[in-house]
Amino acid sequence: MTSQDIAMPRVSGGIYANLCDVFQSSGTKALHIVVGLAALVALWWLAIFLVTLNPSVSQFSAFAPNEALQALPELWRNGTIPDAIGSSGFRLGMGMFFAIVIGVPIGIMMGRSLWFKQLTNAPFQLLRMISPLSWEPIAVVVFAGWEEAIIFLIAVAAVWPVAFSTAAGLAKIDPSWFKVARNLGAKPWQMLTKIILPAITFDVLTGIRLALGVAWIVIIPAEFLGVTSGFGYAIQDSRESLEYSNLMALIVVIGAVGFVLDSTIVLLIKRYSWHRG
Amino acid sequence: MAIRGTNIKIEGLTHRYGSRSTVTFNRVDLESPQGEALAIIGRSGCGKSTLLHIVAGLLKASEGSIKLDGTPIQGPSPKWVMMFQAPHLFPWMTVKQNVGVGLTFGNWDKSTIDSRVDEAIQLVELQDFAQSNVQDLSGGQQQRVALARSLVMEPELLLLDEPFSALDAFTRSSLQHDVRAIAKRLGFNIILVTHDIDEAVIMADRAVIMAGSPGNIVRELDVDLPDPRDRTDPRVQTLRAKLMDDFQQAANYQKPEAVSLVD
Repeated sequence: MTSQDIAMPRVSGGIYANLCDVFQSSGTKALHIVVGLAALVALWWLAIFLVTLNPSVSQFSAFAPNEALQALPELWRNGTIPDAIGSSGFRLGMGMFFAIVIGVPIGIMMGRSLWFKQLTNAPFQLLRMISPLSWEPIAVVVFAGWEEAIIFLIAVAAVWPVAFSTAAGLAKIDPSWFKVARNLGAKPWQMLTKIILPAITFDVLTGIRLALGVAWIVIIPAEFLGVTSGFGYAIQDSRESLEYSNLMALIVVIGAVGFVLDSTIVLLIKRYSWHRG
Repeated sequence: MAIRGTNIKIEGLTHRYGSRSTVTFNRVDLESPQGEALAIIGRSGCGKSTLLHIVAGLLKASEGSIKLDGTPIQGPSPKWVMMFQAPHLFPWMTVKQNVGVGLTFGNWDKSTIDSRVDEAIQLVELQDFAQSNVQDLSGGQQQRVALARSLVMEPELLLLDEPFSALDAFTRSSLQHDVRAIAKRLGFNIILVTHDIDEAVIMADRAVIMAGSPGNIVRELDVDLPDPRDRTDPRVQTLRAKLMDDFQQAANYQKPEAVSLVD
């Protein structure tokens, strides 16, 4: 064998140079995040400042960043934030679990079977366009308690991004992979676990990311009624007791938790995606 | 590796797409003894790739039979594996995982998979890249991985569907020699489908020409040359010319008349 088609293994540069690159890249990234967040806080402060120039709405000064950030430690100490994270997190987790367990197989069926896709496309598109919250009155009647109803609403909101993204992933699979796998003796179950699922991981995770965003938006209004825990309830409670600084602090936490959840999925996508570039 | 070849007997093989559509090839008979490297050459559309897919068990014949050592082929099997024009590797896997994927389909135990995979990777000289993702490899290296993925199954028959046509000339030449050398060393059969006459002369013990519509075997030529085969060897060139002549006759090829550039 000649070595003409052998690519040289990657030769790394100096360790010092590599570390500098890493720190420089991480430093620039962190700087962008800090500047972006600072700009957001500045706009928030400016908006409240402009609104409260009018003396008739001076009570809105409690919405200002300094008031909200001051309320945060107490909300943490008295258990409001940890309890809300626990309750909303449980509902979100259960809703997402059902969305994934139902959405991924539906997506695979849509991607693999033309007749199933043709049969289900119109009804699924129709169902997808119904606001998840409009199911709330029906869910309350159908399910034993509010807890189950909220989980249902989250699942209904999250199932479509997962299913459609999975189906799109299937459509992109190179048909030759199936031919090669059959040629090497793959059975249907192995085709699913060794070829299809790894091939569509990126698309499934992207669908989960979209679904998580929708579910996190839906969970807050879904918790406004019927339950006495979670972020939706905590916000409603703050509004009714006119604790506006607490309300804004909870909104900040909702944003922060959502950001962390999204970043976690992004990390998973980076970890498990085989796509380059 | 415990590989041995097989006696291949194709009888009355006919293929048509759908029950009423045009016949791709009609009543093809072909035999290949154990350990032979057989090239099927022909123009695009003569049905040679379809024939190979049927031998691989990936397509069904309309009529006729294919037997390996007297046993009819019913579908795909690790005993007769195919290498395609493109490597079609699984990009989420390393070289080692790609090579061993067929063995995992067969539920082999881990130690057997490891030892056979290591041996196959060594055979194609990619041991330095065993843990690399296949996307980091060149086209030639990827085709070597595909070769190792086939060899690790210890096939009796390796089916090659224009496997090097997408590669550059240097890599193609290198792989042609390597595959033939490995096949001769291990003793398995090869059926190579190609429209490259040079490739047939370098790799095969015998070449058959497929032509016509519907297609059939119309010519046959023994490629009785010593190894390693060199393109510049006059015997190689003579055989190449003979095969080209047969190919042109078989395809009713008309040589273009010489055009004088000077009035």
